[in-house]
Amino acid sequence: MSWEFIMTYLPLYQAAAVLTVKIGFAGIALSILVGLGCMLVQYERIPLLRVIVGAYIEVSRNTPLLIQLFFIYYGLPKIGISTDAATCGVFGLAFLGGSYMAEAFRSGIESVAPIQEESAYSLGLNRFQTMRYVILPQAFSMSVPSFMANVIFLLKETSVFSAISLMDLMFTAKDLIGLYAKTTESLFLLVVFYLLILLPVSLLGSLLERRVRYAGFGA
Amino acid sequence: MPDLGLSVLLKGKNLARLLGGLGVALKISLISIAISLPLGIILGALMTWKNPVCRAILRCYLEIIRIMPQLVLLFLVYFGTTRAFGWNLSGELSAVIVFTLWGTAEMADLVRGALVSIPLHQYESAAALGLTRRQTYQYVILPQTARRLLPLSINLITRMIKTTSLVVMIGVVEVLKVAQQIIEANRTSSPNAAFGIYLVVFLLYFLACWPISLLARYLEEKWR
Amino acid sequence: MPEPILTVSHLVKRFDALTVLNDVSFGVCKGEVIVIVGPSGCGKSTLLRCINALEPIQGGEIRLHGERIAADNRNLSTLRQKIGMVFQSYDLFPHMTVLDNILLAPTKVQRRAKAEAKEEAMALLRRVGLSEKANSFPRQLSGGQKQRVAIVRALCMHPEILLFDEVTAALDPEMVREVLEVILDLAEQGRTMLIVTHEMQFARAIADRVLFLDGGNFVESGPPEEFFAHPQTERAQQFLKTFTFERKR
Repeated sequence: MSWEFIMTYLPLYQAAAVLTVKIGFAGIALSILVGLGCMLVQYERIPLLRVIVGAYIEVSRNTPLLIQLFFIYYGLPKIGISTDAATCGVFGLAFLGGSYMAEAFRSGIESVAPIQEESAYSLGLNRFQTMRYVILPQAFSMSVPSFMANVIFLLKETSVFSAISLMDLMFTAKDLIGLYAKTTESLFLLVVFYLLILLPVSLLGSLLERRVRYAGFGA
Repeated sequence: MPDLGLSVLLKGKNLARLLGGLGVALKISLISIAISLPLGIILGALMTWKNPVCRAILRCYLEIIRIMPQLVLLFLVYFGTTRAFGWNLSGELSAVIVFTLWGTAEMADLVRGALVSIPLHQYESAAALGLTRRQTYQYVILPQTARRLLPLSINLITRMIKTTSLVVMIGVVEVLKVAQQIIEANRTSSPNAAFGIYLVVFLLYFLACWPISLLARYLEEKWR
Repeated sequence: MPEPILTVSHLVKRFDALTVLNDVSFGVCKGEVIVIVGPSGCGKSTLLRCINALEPIQGGEIRLHGERIAADNRNLSTLRQKIGMVFQSYDLFPHMTVLDNILLAPTKVQRRAKAEAKEEAMALLRRVGLSEKANSFPRQLSGGQKQRVAIVRALCMHPEILLFDEVTAALDPEMVREVLEVILDLAEQGRTMLIVTHEMQFARAIADRVLFLDGGNFVESGPPEEFFAHPQTERAQQFLKTFTFERKR
């Protein structure tokens, strides 16, 4: 392994990692908003919107991100909707992640016992207050494990961004392999940088999960 | 009305070629599934053993495979083995290897989860009735595990199919690659074909995965 | 006879084809303690839930001080504040401390000053012997302690009538007494209460009137001494028999 090569191209990987993280977290932030919106629409059973949200969730969960990105990046411009690669990456990730987040929040809400809602009502709390003070705080803690799993899943999914010519880690690695045939070094850096991004999130995830499980409210 | 790809799709054998491309992707995922399901069941069962060495090794395997994006794994096998061992694996073979390794890890985790989710008192009450260890598993534990496991493993199949779309990135000619070729070939006659063609690819994947997801959900609700 | 504050008239409750409550009528006067008994599944709990509009009803009406209790009443929140309810179990909010559980409704619904509400909450907690648990979370309490907190939470809203839905049914036997004693104490203070319970000794001790619910309606009612000693109907006799055992050999 050539350390000289590694040191030379380290900055390139750094820039690529920053790009991956930026687009990844922007996409995840947007997924959370989309997921919350979808969850509220489904929980409140808003007519029509509910059907649309249901269809979106099915489509989003049953197609690969790569294909979604291709359609958004190369297909949509033909009917006049064009985006630059970075925006497309964020939107693509949010399109995919929104449905996963919605499902995580929904199962969180469903795990709050109905008696909780009823005792809030019997104390005179209205619908909004019940949601705000009783249901949502519990639902969020309950959905922490699946929420963190989604964050890791979405960060891993960012690896396909090179397909829409974003200069991310995969793009950089493939480029260097093609240009200099330094396969070992390029792949080594690729793995190291992905570990740097994913390990802390994964550790945070198991930490939170343990907290939720052991400090959980319980009966 | 500019052509958005429909006529290109119906021209010649284009649709058949697209379906053929999807077939390549499905073939890769089905082979990987066929190998990873039984392997995953064995590894998952081993993970519930009390042997600490065995558990540590399996745990390492699981964590390493699951933390890396599947595309990185594909790169490691496809480009890395050439370099390290001088093998020249085809894209398809690399894909089968990676998805088998990954699918086995995911399946093992599902099996382990299903096994440990059976409450201890199920084992105890079986023992109290005088059932042997084998009978306990055969009549009490495994039937319950299977019910929890089946919907989850069916879901794993859809994940596998979706993930197979990545093989285009290591040069396998599958549905996305065929789509690119078709669009390229008709660039001058139908410059806007990309919309329709990619939409069709999108729908093809959806049609491949959705029925399987529905089946998984149906079983999950039926056996809740 | 004084005017009842709560009246239930011709109440009908169905779950799909199954009629659970069929033309039920009764009234509760101020300061009265009514105990409803009956076999499992006779609709006792459903009746209490209807009184708090937690279940939609299919006929008849329920009025508190003449105002109709129903899901479509815009004033429902105000009515519910006047009706305190304690459930069988698990109804404390697990993500809040004991004190926050008690203060939530007084501060957010009644918009009372926190300091004043807190003072009252602490006084009530002292009265049920739990003042040192004010900052604990529900999971740190025993079942009996949780139910006592649930009672305090209901009391802190200054309800005019309290509904108790089998509050000791999910408790370990040794914790039943501490909860029932709190309720007995409330009876001595002259609180108006409607109690569903399976504890017959307790019912006998606390009730001004016992209502026996079976087959969707009241089969028998009367003062506890009469009901328990000389049940008039055969069904009530059968029901009371289930609480006594005879040696078979």
